[in-house]
Amino acid sequence: MKQWFERHLQTLVGSLGRLWQKPFATLLTILVIGIALALPACLHVLVQNVRAASGGWSNALDVSVYMKQSASLDDARQAAERIRKRRDVAEVTVVKADDALEEFRKNSGFGEALDALKDNPLPHALVVRPAEEFRGPGHIAGLTEELRKLPGVDIVQLDTEWVSRFNAILDVVRRVVFLAAGLFALGILVIVGNTIRLDIENRRDEIEVTKLVGGSDAFVRRPFLYNGVWYGLGGGTIAWLIVAVVIVVLSDPVQRIAGLYGSSFSLQGLGGEGSLALVLGGAVLGWLGSFIAATREIRGIEPK
Amino acid sequence: MIHFDHVWKRYPNGREALCDLTLEIGRGEMAFLTGHSGAGKSTLLKLIALIERPSRGTLIVNGQNTATVPRAKIPPFRRQIGIVFQDHKLLMDRPVYDNVGLPLVIAGIPEKEIGKRVRAALDQVGLLGREQNRPIELSTGEQQRVGIARAIIGKPSLLIADEPTGNLDPDLSIEVMNIFKRFNEVGVTVLIASHDVHLIERYGVRRVILEGGRVAGGAGEPPPELPSMVAV
Repeated sequence: MKQWFERHLQTLVGSLGRLWQKPFATLLTILVIGIALALPACLHVLVQNVRAASGGWSNALDVSVYMKQSASLDDARQAAERIRKRRDVAEVTVVKADDALEEFRKNSGFGEALDALKDNPLPHALVVRPAEEFRGPGHIAGLTEELRKLPGVDIVQLDTEWVSRFNAILDVVRRVVFLAAGLFALGILVIVGNTIRLDIENRRDEIEVTKLVGGSDAFVRRPFLYNGVWYGLGGGTIAWLIVAVVIVVLSDPVQRIAGLYGSSFSLQGLGGEGSLALVLGGAVLGWLGSFIAATREIRGIEPK
Repeated sequence: MIHFDHVWKRYPNGREALCDLTLEIGRGEMAFLTGHSGAGKSTLLKLIALIERPSRGTLIVNGQNTATVPRAKIPPFRRQIGIVFQDHKLLMDRPVYDNVGLPLVIAGIPEKEIGKRVRAALDQVGLLGREQNRPIELSTGEQQRVGIARAIIGKPSLLIADEPTGNLDPDLSIEVMNIFKRFNEVGVTVLIASHDVHLIERYGVRRVILEGGRVAGGAGEPPPELPSMVAV
């Protein structure tokens, strides 16, 4: 057992030494693998961050109730009273048309255009916050349906609709990330496989001699498998560096945007587990790619 | 040790290298294989090393019928045979130490023992102290001796050599042949293909003459201390 371990360690170091002897070619291979791994990894980080950022919104299940233009402020207040009595409602806020216009004037940048209007085009509105235990999709749908039937109510809008749409889009993006990761993984297998195939071709004489003196296919293959593992580990590390750099570069501007929206959100990196998965994933892909190529290629080399 | 029984070898290109060859080499025997180039000497050795397989007939090496050795079992089969090549087949980018020790590395021998045995093998061929040289820094004769050291380090019971003196001047040839002779004296079966008639005549061992893929002469008596194993 100790010998076996010793032998593998020797091959491991030996193959690293061989790669070291042709640093440029090795670096190129590792860079290609690194970039191929970094693309899906960056996408993954992006999706994780968007999910984290949007996580807070899912709870904001406020329902906006817009009164008819003809409804007076009193009508709105009465409606608010009635809604407040419902068991499934936690809070109702009345938004006066004038206040709404004022806020719109401030935030929209259409101030002067709005001054040209004779009347306030906005209706009074109510913001209804459902009670904690009635926030399921079914309850909310029932609530909006009943609110719509109240006298003086024009439009009932579920503010969370766009959140669900957003989440649906995010699900699509996540799946795209999966597909991309799969394709890039396949690409890495091909890259490593082809590199190993060339390595083997360059050492054809040596392999023939080794087989002549009794080396098995597995023995001949071993250093190439370690080559693949090194390529993968190197590529995984490069990918990790790329992701880290991307996060550092984007971190400040994203924080500024978050600040503008009054959020304390900041970009999250891969984290310990993600980093490990990236680097080890690279190693596994490197091993697999070289295993497939080396097994095939070495079988075909026989002493003449 | 080696038993050819009506062996034929036809290559895919149609060339018939061996025709109905029957030959027996006894355990502990030393024999020369001679004949013109193209007579089938190399093919015969390749069959013994399982580099090629007979088209017809039976070949038994060291008690094993080569036809029953599957592809996956060829490496262990080869490890019991020491093979010396005319072109040495050394790894030119590795030191002598790695070249000679390769069969032991393959066999999974611990590093410490490899060191000892490499030095012992190099000592036997007169190259002790050259472990760290690369083959390219050695003369042709020295390279050939490195090849011999590699062939004998695994303590094989059978040593085969294809024109081991083909590239050497007469003095070096005698030196190399003497090395083979010494191994034979400690019980190793030795079969050497060579067309160097003058050299062969110096040694009182059996000569197997091949001609057109057949044994044209058992040529000479086997050494008296061995039972009769003249080729048919």
